[in-house]
Amino acid sequence: MKIELKEISKSFGPVAANTKINLSVSSGEVLGLLGENGAGKTTLMNILTGLYQPDSGQILIRDQERKFYNPRDAIKNGIGMVHQHFMLVPVFSVSENVILGNEPITNVNRINKKEAREEVLKISSKYNLDVDPDELVERLPVGVQQRVEIIKILFREAELLIFDEPTAVLTPQEVLDFFRIVSNLKKSGKAIIFITHKLHEVIQICDRINVLRRGEMVGEANPKKTSNSELAELMVGRSVNLKTKRPKINRGKVLLETKNLQVMSNKKEMGLSNINLKLHENEILGIAGVQGNGQTEFIEALTGLRKISSGEISYFDKRYTNLSPRKIHKMGIKHIPEDRQKQGLINEFSIIENVVLNTYYEDAFSNNISLNWNSAKSEAARVMKQFDVRASSETIPANNLSGGNQQKLVIGREMSRKINLLIASQPTRGVDVGSIEYIHSQIISARNAGIGILLNSTELEEIIALSDRIIVFFEGKIVAELSSNTDPQIIGMAMAGVVN
Amino acid sequence: MKNSIKIKQAFSVDRTTFQDIFFIPILAISLAISLGLLLLLLTGESYQTALTALIALFVGSFGSVSALSETLTAATPLIFAALGIAIGFRAGLFNIGAEGQIIVGGLAAVIIGFSVELPLMLHLTLMLSVGAAFGAGYAFISGWLKAFTGAHEVITTIMLNLIAFRLLDFFLRLPFIQKEGRNDPISKSVLDTAELPRLLVLIDPNLRIHAGFLLAILAVILVYWIIFHTTIGFEFRMVGTNLNAAKYAGVNSSLTIVLAMSAAGLCAGLAGASQISGVLGRATSGFSAGIGFDAIAVALLGRAHPIGVLFSGILFGALVAGGREMQVSAGVSLDLITVIQALIIIFVAAPILVKSIFPWFFGKK
Repeated sequence: MKIELKEISKSFGPVAANTKINLSVSSGEVLGLLGENGAGKTTLMNILTGLYQPDSGQILIRDQERKFYNPRDAIKNGIGMVHQHFMLVPVFSVSENVILGNEPITNVNRINKKEAREEVLKISSKYNLDVDPDELVERLPVGVQQRVEIIKILFREAELLIFDEPTAVLTPQEVLDFFRIVSNLKKSGKAIIFITHKLHEVIQICDRINVLRRGEMVGEANPKKTSNSELAELMVGRSVNLKTKRPKINRGKVLLETKNLQVMSNKKEMGLSNINLKLHENEILGIAGVQGNGQTEFIEALTGLRKISSGEISYFDKRYTNLSPRKIHKMGIKHIPEDRQKQGLINEFSIIENVVLNTYYEDAFSNNISLNWNSAKSEAARVMKQFDVRASSETIPANNLSGGNQQKLVIGREMSRKINLLIASQPTRGVDVGSIEYIHSQIISARNAGIGILLNSTELEEIIALSDRIIVFFEGKIVAELSSNTDPQIIGMAMAGVVN
Repeated sequence: MKNSIKIKQAFSVDRTTFQDIFFIPILAISLAISLGLLLLLLTGESYQTALTALIALFVGSFGSVSALSETLTAATPLIFAALGIAIGFRAGLFNIGAEGQIIVGGLAAVIIGFSVELPLMLHLTLMLSVGAAFGAGYAFISGWLKAFTGAHEVITTIMLNLIAFRLLDFFLRLPFIQKEGRNDPISKSVLDTAELPRLLVLIDPNLRIHAGFLLAILAVILVYWIIFHTTIGFEFRMVGTNLNAAKYAGVNSSLTIVLAMSAAGLCAGLAGASQISGVLGRATSGFSAGIGFDAIAVALLGRAHPIGVLFSGILFGALVAGGREMQVSAGVSLDLITVIQALIIIFVAAPILVKSIFPWFFGKK
């Protein structure tokens, strides 16, 4: 089976999301689709899965033109997609989730659960997916949930499987399992489109690579011959420095120390037990771990957003526990929150308002009663200039900025004030390659200037590239403390809780 | 120049375009009035009656000095109370309790009005301040419950409204408050020194527009300044727009919620006090007359923006005044006005509906 897109164009108002895109993928082939956020990957896939109709162009399946008016048409034609955010019902069992919307029925019009179960087992064993059909989805680890999604589309007899950023939520070990599954699928004759922004992954598992930039197909690469930097250049449109230079520097005195820090857990969140760590000046301490292992709670405890139940935190040898976020901020501890949309910025507010979001009360911007918008405006202009935030004006709302510019705005706001300690959580999530390069260099130069940095990232590569030391979080505990030149394999094992 | 930046800033917060701010309300109003008249025809009224009613609606609201006076008189308490509701909206609070706050504020004001003897300005100031303070205090209860127990303000304000209704009836029968020689719930009349002066006595002493309207305009300016140009207003908006970000930014969200709710009650209390002092002169059972509920609609129509509230308050005042004229000259029930008001809100709340009815006002898509 061969699926072809010919001259596909789609625009939203004045914005051209896709311009005359050609693409083809055949049975037994893995096509990598590479591009930055906003390059048009998602739009293109939404066209292929029937969510959008193209303005012009054709979709050909086995050389026959097909029109998809809704996702059902696409499914009927053997096209299935595993979304980045899974579409599963947590309180349903695996087999119930798989059949949802396509229920096999008995002759008295009841759901045939037995058949459903057998079907799931059959698919699971055929592709070596190893999923228990009776388990509730909410009890499964993320990697297994992803396999449930795969079973779901195989159950609907998909011939083309589209994976949208499939490795973003997986541990390094789960990523290896996932690649194994992809090669099984490929061997049994499925066509696969793999969407990602991780360069080494496409090189590892794809047969061909297509690169999108600003809605246009800018190049095709052969994974056997190409390199990370060549792909990055295609994606960004200019040469990019992927290697982060981290000059050797002697670390200074202890800046932050936690002793036996405990945080109570509640139903949804991970508690913390006995967190002990030291962070020095001129040091980047990386926190590695799969998301949801207590990193978020730890950072919230440090920044005053979460109550500490016992233990202590000291900063410059002074104890602080359960201070308000404002007091902590005033002490020179700046926080780049993991979710800029939900926490770091107020989308509806202008850049000016966002720049003074947590400093508006300072003498520079207010007299305790009224705000001085003029000085806030010049501060916004200064941050935008210094941290390369690109926007048509300071008065536009933050959600008109691209992800990279939003993140640079948050980072600029935090780093341009008095700062001794930077707590950076996911500083480059969903940010384009060019901005990643810039943000990394800012973090390194802050460290060189004497600032201590606590870096939390689920991207292991980022942790390895930036950190002087690495601690690994697993189930609310620090399970390993490693040097930055540790084999990634060992860090990956620790992230899964395996420490020897 | 400086002003234009300020205005831009205020509106950029709303992310509403010029079209949304101006066209949608105007089109919604025309649609609602047309549908109201259609309803009139459907009930078997003649075209002449409908036409008379339509004309009466305009003549009775803006057609003469006395019509305008009635419009602005009716608008005054609506503007006060809606400003409070707008502050609540900005802080993410849906205050249904303006009615109860008006009652409590008005009741406190009336007591000051008849029981204290002071010179004119002092007495008036004291009466309005006490009314405002009691409104604020009554709303404080809901704010405190929300901030420290998590009780939803919609529930608590509705319940406090019910309590206020009964409280009013109870107080109005206390011998200290009840008018001498009356058995029904009605208070003594406020002293002359506690009456807001009428503005147009030189033209005609019967024109009811009073100094409360000027205070309302002052309040519009003040609330605008608070929302967009003070630290506390910035905190209101942060908490109301993104609570997580507000907490991250170090805002004490509990305190902010209590303050915003109290400020809302303060405005509603002023609405009650100014209505007592400027129009009614005494409190009766049901003197609040649904102003607190109409004010929710006024705040919604004004998009929780003080300037918007001013205009939509005047519009609702016009509907009240025009409606009375409609009743007199066309014999149409005042209930039609309620229908039209409700339709306006529905259309404003569903801008996509308005856009699809009048696509040519909005360009493509």
